[in-house]
Amino acid sequence: MESPFIKRRRLVAGLVASMLVIGACSDGGAATSAPAASAAPTEDGGESAAPTEAGGEIGGSVSVIGTWGGAEQDAFLAMVAPFEAETGIKVEYTGTRDLNAVLTTGVASGILPDLAGLPGPGQMREFATRGALKPLEDVLDIEAYKSETSPGFVELGTVDGQVVGVFIKAAVKGLIWYNPNVYTGGVPTSWDDLWAKAGAAATGDTKPWCVGLESGPASGWPGTDWIEDLVIRQSGPDVYDAWVAGTQTWSSPEIKAAFEAFGEVVSEANTHGGSNYVLNTGFGSGANPMFADPPGCLFHHQASFITSFFQDEGGATEGDYDFFPMPDINPSFTGAATGAGDLFGMFNDTPQARALMAYLVTADAQAIWVGIGGALSGNKNVTNYPDDVSARSAEILANATVFRFDGSDLMPEAMNSAFWSAMLEFTQDQSKLDAILANLDSVQATAYAE
Amino acid sequence: MDERLLTAAIVIVGVPAALVGYVLLIETILRFVPGRIAPRLRPILWLLPALTFLSVFLVYPTIDTVRRSLMDGFSENFVGLANYEYFFGSGETLGALANNVLWIVFLTGGAVGLGLLIAILVDRVRYEPWVKAVIFLPMAISFVAAGVIWRFMYDFRPESGTLNAIVGTFGVEPVGWLNTWPWNTLFLIFVGVWMQVGFAMVILSAGLKGISTELLEAARVDGANELQVFRGITFPLLLPTIAVISTTVIIIALKAFDIVYVMTNGNFGTEVLANRMYKELFNFSQFGRGSAVAVILFVAIVPVMLFNIKRFREQEAIR
Repeated sequence: MESPFIKRRRLVAGLVASMLVIGACSDGGAATSAPAASAAPTEDGGESAAPTEAGGEIGGSVSVIGTWGGAEQDAFLAMVAPFEAETGIKVEYTGTRDLNAVLTTGVASGILPDLAGLPGPGQMREFATRGALKPLEDVLDIEAYKSETSPGFVELGTVDGQVVGVFIKAAVKGLIWYNPNVYTGGVPTSWDDLWAKAGAAATGDTKPWCVGLESGPASGWPGTDWIEDLVIRQSGPDVYDAWVAGTQTWSSPEIKAAFEAFGEVVSEANTHGGSNYVLNTGFGSGANPMFADPPGCLFHHQASFITSFFQDEGGATEGDYDFFPMPDINPSFTGAATGAGDLFGMFNDTPQARALMAYLVTADAQAIWVGIGGALSGNKNVTNYPDDVSARSAEILANATVFRFDGSDLMPEAMNSAFWSAMLEFTQDQSKLDAILANLDSVQATAYAE
Repeated sequence: MDERLLTAAIVIVGVPAALVGYVLLIETILRFVPGRIAPRLRPILWLLPALTFLSVFLVYPTIDTVRRSLMDGFSENFVGLANYEYFFGSGETLGALANNVLWIVFLTGGAVGLGLLIAILVDRVRYEPWVKAVIFLPMAISFVAAGVIWRFMYDFRPESGTLNAIVGTFGVEPVGWLNTWPWNTLFLIFVGVWMQVGFAMVILSAGLKGISTELLEAARVDGANELQVFRGITFPLLLPTIAVISTTVIIIALKAFDIVYVMTNGNFGTEVLANRMYKELFNFSQFGRGSAVAVILFVAIVPVMLFNIKRFREQEAIR
């Protein structure tokens, strides 16, 4: 699956919850677009601005396609505003919910934007090997980029030894959220301890878990995050890597164990509202019962971006939510974390595209979005996190001993899509697990063939 | 001036000008052609632009789709019938095929049946135009918008889901309308019926008005009751109209995409061929498989088209 943000865009399009985002739109980064103070004379006519005078001036325009809309689009525009002011280059941003379709047909036809968000590392690799993505080795200050950025992120953007994708922002996954006014049992030391604490705190109306899997055409992805976090903690990074690479079958005991552990979470006894609620509730409003009275659940598993949904959807205020990292399961694999991010690549090698690309990876640029909120940065020099929760999320990202990228994002798109659907099928009827895994095996057999 | 306005102006003025210019040009050329050949040449030249557009935008894509359906994901290597083997060997695609059959049966049956019923029921009442207007209204909505609207109707939460709010007043627990197989496909089809019934009704109603009242009067004078009038006169006379609408709705059922994409994206066993085709093409970069699905859809539509053409010819012959 793609980063939660991409999914969020998809969902917006998927339409269910356009209101989710309307809520998110109301604040937004417009305020930060102030630094026009440096006032270039070429405010407007970017079209024909002559590249004369000052050294910073380039003029012209650069086309960018991404999945961001609403508040995220505002944040991105705020991020590029100083760049526009300084260079006179006009950034023409288009948001689409169907990025994958746009880029897939674009690569086939050759009509592509200068820069674009990439659906995921798997697609990035495909575009790069087909020569559509331009290498960034001499576009970025590559030494500075590599020294400033977490090695995991650099590696994920590298194909055949060349950097082709960079992360604009990141999110950390596998956080367990709770309402400190409801759950006071402290941070569990292990998965079993978590269940013990949940058992002690849960009452008739308050179930241990809240889960929402609905997300328009991308429905099911929150379930894949669950499985990924379970696999890496139960069976370790080697099994995780093999599974993501398509060499570990789905019906193998390791993967099946993860599904079974998830099955326990979404069983009628342990989840708020039962499977009908889980299947029909948008991921953004899944945790709402946590903030209700009486509370419907104790815990909610989701990535770091979810806090804005707590506020907009669940009516929570800052003190109503807190998190602990998902606890270790198998003591031989401790300190694991998963995450995701929004990849960016260059399709047309123009001076304007180069300039923008080089700008976007800098700490100064990424700090703008981080300051607005809702994003972490892969750049170590960005530290201006606006609140405690995002600062701690960023710490997890920086300190993980075993860090892995969102596994389904790395799988071929056909595998990813089947994975999403499988989460829904399994939640609906857990007794079908063997048939579901067998079907995933058969998809795996063909999806990786490319 | 905005570039788009300029483009629009060029299109509005330029396209007709070019067409008229083309005709004038042909006539000028034909003046220099010997008298005997000119009448034969003229239709060909007049048709040429249309034929060119047809070839570029319909014939070529069709042929190219067939070609691509025999090639691999990025249309680079010939793979024979592998894509078709995949189609007929995968549970997903066969399930989609089965669902399309359900769409054909229930969408056509529902839209045409209900349309006919309503057309007949309101035929002789004073408020007929109002009823027809209300029932025709959903036709003006796009399929995607209808999908969104009905997502809310079927929503699981009684606060936003109208149906669950209704069943809730009778003390029934909320129902997962869209995730309960196999009923969910029928609930999706109902959205299609809601949209298409107005179309069927309007055309059938027009057909109904076309039946001469003398025939009906004569039957009634002979002592036929209303049911007999319907079975013996109205229905047979409406049959050609029903056939035309049915073929149109069958084609809509085969093309069903928007409603499924918006409401379930094929999850919970509601997949249809067109959505499958979209996924293979745009999400999975499997141009070969996507094209194979397209070819199969095309082949499925051909008999319906042939029937339509045959019907049309028969009617022309009667005239």
